[in-house]
Amino acid sequence: MEVLSYLIPISLLLGGVGLVAFIYTVRTNQYDDPEGDARRILNDDWDDHPKP
Amino acid sequence: MTAAIRPSISACPACVAAPGAQALAEQGLHKDARIALSLPTIHCSACISTVERSLAAVPGVKSARVNLTLKRATIEAEAGVTPDQLVTLLQQTGYEAHELDAGTLSLTQNDKVGRDLLMRMAVSGFAMMNVMLLSVAVWSGATDATRDLFHWISAAIALPTLAFSGVPFYKSAWSALRVRRSNMDVPIVTALLLAVVASIWETALSGHHAYFDAAVALVFFLLTGRYLDHRTRAIARSAAQELSALEVPRATALRDGAEVVMPVADLRIGDLILVRPGGRMPVDGVITEGRSEIDRSLLTGETLPVFAEPGRPVSAGEVNLTGPLTIRATAVGRETSLHRMADLVAIAESGRSRYTSLADSTAKYYTPGVLFLSVASFIGWYLYSADMRTALNIAAAVLIITCPCALGLAVPAVTTAASGKLFRRGMLIKDATALERLAKVDTVVFDKTGTLTAGTPELVNLSDHSPRDLAIALALAEGSSHPLSVSLAAAARAAGIAPAPITELTEVPGYGTKGLWQGQPVRLGRASWTGAVPGAETAAWLAIGTETPRAFTFTDRLRPGAAEAVRNLMAKGIRVLLISGDSAAVVEALARRLGIPEWLAESLPAEKAARITALQDEGRHVLMVGDGLNDTAALTAANVSISPASALDAARVASDIVLLGSDLSPIADAVTTAQSAVRRIRENFNIATLYNVIAVPIAIAGFATPLVAALAMSSSSITVALNAIRLK
Repeated sequence: MEVLSYLIPISLLLGGVGLVAFIYTVRTNQYDDPEGDARRILNDDWDDHPKP
Repeated sequence: MTAAIRPSISACPACVAAPGAQALAEQGLHKDARIALSLPTIHCSACISTVERSLAAVPGVKSARVNLTLKRATIEAEAGVTPDQLVTLLQQTGYEAHELDAGTLSLTQNDKVGRDLLMRMAVSGFAMMNVMLLSVAVWSGATDATRDLFHWISAAIALPTLAFSGVPFYKSAWSALRVRRSNMDVPIVTALLLAVVASIWETALSGHHAYFDAAVALVFFLLTGRYLDHRTRAIARSAAQELSALEVPRATALRDGAEVVMPVADLRIGDLILVRPGGRMPVDGVITEGRSEIDRSLLTGETLPVFAEPGRPVSAGEVNLTGPLTIRATAVGRETSLHRMADLVAIAESGRSRYTSLADSTAKYYTPGVLFLSVASFIGWYLYSADMRTALNIAAAVLIITCPCALGLAVPAVTTAASGKLFRRGMLIKDATALERLAKVDTVVFDKTGTLTAGTPELVNLSDHSPRDLAIALALAEGSSHPLSVSLAAAARAAGIAPAPITELTEVPGYGTKGLWQGQPVRLGRASWTGAVPGAETAAWLAIGTETPRAFTFTDRLRPGAAEAVRNLMAKGIRVLLISGDSAAVVEALARRLGIPEWLAESLPAEKAARITALQDEGRHVLMVGDGLNDTAALTAANVSISPASALDAARVASDIVLLGSDLSPIADAVTTAQSAVRRIRENFNIATLYNVIAVPIAIAGFATPLVAALAMSSSSITVALNAIRLK
């Protein structure tokens, strides 16, 4: 059962990482325009070089 | 269920208007301007990049971002860039664009309540997943020290989560208890607290059962229901506010001889204000210069325009039709008759405030029942086993299992599905209980002008006139932008008439147009100006030389879908009435045309509301459909109300549902959808009750384990959500 001493912290950490990532997306308004974001991925405007 | 978040999101006309104007004033001082444009026609990824690229190319524009969900563009620009310039640019590119009042919009942009709920929901969701993982290990046979360790870790995750995510429930329950009332949140909070206390106690004594997972799952499911509920209304509200934001509150004032464009809120009594043809009076005032005609239909329901000349008082909200007018402000802001009438609405007793939602009326029986069961099983088990720990454990199990997880989802899942469906058909459901109230409707009262009719005139007697007269009338009509002229010209053109050659064509604002045809003076305009005797109908008169003037009579064009809506409603056995402020002859003609048996003409705003109250006293559930300021009191008094998007802001605010398109036919469908939504809600309540009927005896008998609780909770919630999706 020693394996638990690794697995439990790892599972908690991964859950925590997911939560922090989610909080970051909420804070940066990433759910304001779901429809537009779905279309923007098909947009080839900045394919060759990043947006300045 | 929704009592906790309702107060913070209620919108009122005054608080929308005032801060909006303020923000606009502040923007004037600020260096960078923030411009919002509504783009109703964008729909694809190519549209996004075209719009953004062409906006960014304008000198002075710092950034432009399109939001496809809201069909809106937000532009950060230097002070020199005007919205008009950007609108013209986009129209050249091929996109319809309208300026939005940034001040009105900013109220919805930061949806604090929604974001707060989302955050709490996410935290409880992540915590639920982790605790469930640990619980599955316990259910599949972890024992002794491992089980205790897992329980302690669960507690370490669950306690902070419950402290953070449960806040909306604690607040709502506390605010109910403080006034010695009870709501659905009281048993929820009791269940959470009891589950936590019992579970910690069990864990400390290395017991078998801990309900941390159930408590966190309960919070997660309930927050999901609440978030859905909030989001549905947030979308409707932002769309409704966009309608208000389309009317940018700005006026052109004359100060020291110069024309200044300024926010309406900054106008002062005594200011001279220019109102161009097609413009709406921003304030109450007296005409000092110019002649024109004024459309008062939004205020009184009259279709006939009123003649305007210097010295005549005007009220805010009236529309100037033909010539430019200068008015001196006599009342501004909240003192205007427009606002005073809007204030009347607040005084009128609201049909909706007397309504108890299905969820609330269920909670009334549910809450005491659940608490009673739990207390009874605690006392019963304590007397039977004399063991506090067993008794507490079973009481907690009873509360957790009965807790209205499915009840919490029962209403929002259905209203989300129904509102989404109606939204796609062009209806905005602004109020949470509007669907429930709409389902009960058995009487519909329609307003005439602007609601059943489009407010645009239609020529009726084209065939009565000779081609010569039509050719002259067409030539004269094309010299004016008066609604009657525009309609006459369109009808004549459609009939293949070519305009007669007319010289010295001039428009006399407020009277009509005149010119010379083959040396004879010709006039098209008001009866008195052309030497005719005015009749009861809306008419423009054509005078050729000394011949007797001929009348071109008009009727108000029916709004698309009006006939269909009335027919479908009557086919459903609903009583339909027409109540209007217009004259009896016109109202009767329209009632005949649409087959409406009951009608009432020349009604004052208070009479309309009184008629609706009288219908309610007969035990009727009244739906009011209206658009004008004279309808607002009636809209508020009715059990549920609908207004078209073209309605005055005050009317839209007073109504529960806004029709986005110009078509009226969705009204009948909305009633059908509302009825089936309410049926689904009742079914959901029954499903939730059925689960309780099965699970509660198990819990009281002491056979409930956390696994049973988790299964009952999840399966009932999923069944309820699936049942909601079934809505057609």
